[in-house]
Amino acid sequence: MSEQMPEKKETSIESTMPKFEKDVADLVTKKFPSNVEILSIQPKRIQLSTKSENIIEVAQFIRDELGFDHAESVTGLDHPDEGQIELVYHLGSYTDESLASQVLSISTRVPREEIPNPGNDSTKIASLREVFYSVEFHERECFEMLGIYFEGHPDNRRLLLPEDWADLPPLRRDFKIKGR
Amino acid sequence: MSKQLPSGMTLDKVDDNIMTLNVGPQHPGSGHMRLIVKIDGDYITSCDPDPGYVHRGEEKMAEYRNYITNIPHLERPVIHDSCNVLYPYCLATEELLGIEVPERAKYVRVIASELNRCVYTTYWLAIYGIFLGHSTMFMWPTGDRELLIDLLEKLTGARVTHAYFVPGGVRNDLPPGFEDACLRQVDYFEKRIKEYAAIFYDNPILISRTEKTGILSRQDAIRLGTTGSVLRASGVDYDLRKKEPYDVYEEIDFETHSLKAGDSYARSKVPWLDMLESCRIIRDALAKMPKSGSVRTKLKPNPKGIVGHSYRRVESGRGSLGCHIVSDGKVEPYRVKLSVGSFRNLICIPYLLKGEKLGNMPAVYWSLNYWPVEADR
Repeated sequence: MSEQMPEKKETSIESTMPKFEKDVADLVTKKFPSNVEILSIQPKRIQLSTKSENIIEVAQFIRDELGFDHAESVTGLDHPDEGQIELVYHLGSYTDESLASQVLSISTRVPREEIPNPGNDSTKIASLREVFYSVEFHERECFEMLGIYFEGHPDNRRLLLPEDWADLPPLRRDFKIKGR
Repeated sequence: MSKQLPSGMTLDKVDDNIMTLNVGPQHPGSGHMRLIVKIDGDYITSCDPDPGYVHRGEEKMAEYRNYITNIPHLERPVIHDSCNVLYPYCLATEELLGIEVPERAKYVRVIASELNRCVYTTYWLAIYGIFLGHSTMFMWPTGDRELLIDLLEKLTGARVTHAYFVPGGVRNDLPPGFEDACLRQVDYFEKRIKEYAAIFYDNPILISRTEKTGILSRQDAIRLGTTGSVLRASGVDYDLRKKEPYDVYEEIDFETHSLKAGDSYARSKVPWLDMLESCRIIRDALAKMPKSGSVRTKLKPNPKGIVGHSYRRVESGRGSLGCHIVSDGKVEPYRVKLSVGSFRNLICIPYLLKGEKLGNMPAVYWSLNYWPVEADR
């Protein structure tokens, strides 16, 4: 005996997305149709990604046209299997009341060197310090912890690690905690 | 006769008027941070903050432990505010594990979080007092803090590092008689906070040492991405408990405070105003809390996160505290990043100290509500 299957409701992913966040993300993708990709949209959170060569112009647009005025955090992620290091900038706004609860994250990827020598290898990215002044110390932290060189950063120096640190950058996946 | 330099070696020209002074690292003088200060006579010409003396690699360690065993060590960056430090981690983990928190647990979290905020702020205020030579302001908050710690000990079983917040709620329910004891202590504490104003905030000596020193304009506070009391003392009314309410903060009746001056006095007064609001929040949460029910959703022993990112933030004693967790579907998080108020506020130290008198340095530095160990993580 065949049971009648319940009729499936067609729901598109787009229709479940929060409207305000979707509209903000669409403004960026409309301006940069081939350079910016929407990774996810959730209530109060927008995740976008772009190529490393476009990061400055995208960040400038987000600051000037959307109103995100400061960076809260910069996360560096190591992807050794893909030979890449990912940077995620979390941006927020103090000046625009409608964006006060929003966090827009823009991520980008750069090639990863097996034996990093920051400044002399291809793990380089343009610094966002001129766009968002607040990234100054966050980028310095990523520089030492992941071995990324930020071109145009005025102060690429160690911040948290000892001055004579000679091991791998500690937040790379192939740096193992001793005894584990 | 001057000594000849070897060929190829040059010396930088030195300005004889400028002296470099290393302030710290020492505890609690500079709180495990070195400030490399250049002075011209009595005036600071530049300041280079050098944190990193207590770096323990919290973020790296978090990649080796599962979502539950990460709890006791991720609260270590600020042991005096351990509930608030764990709060965003728990919120982000709940999002990745898809767990709902029972209603009663949300109120218990708010109470514990506000008690912890007062514990942290009294500790900070005591240090601020002693650094300005006001020993009564060291002793009063230190003594009052003990009462709050006793209350947290009753609630969590531990005096300082509570490990009380867990993904899915809190570790255990309120002990018998906690509500009455809490209300009694909060009533007493609120009276004491008002007395702090009489001996400290209205004291002409304190005012003369902190007013109009280390001024941070509203525009600069935004541009530098500062947070917490530093931001609110510069006229930006931004508190995540109001702007992005988490758990039951939306249901609670309270206000946030901002001042316009942007100087050391305003920065030191905002946390004091916050403590008064914390008392109000605790009373309101105790009144509105469901009288019975679960305080914890049961988890599997080794829960696996869904693949993705979660970024959650709360308002801690030092400002916005964000936790970014990246999960690759395993039992351990792929990456945990803590974005902490002390690290974010570090950026304004060179701005505030440049042009100040060296004698004003403690008044400016401690007004930042800075916790060195949190900046290092």
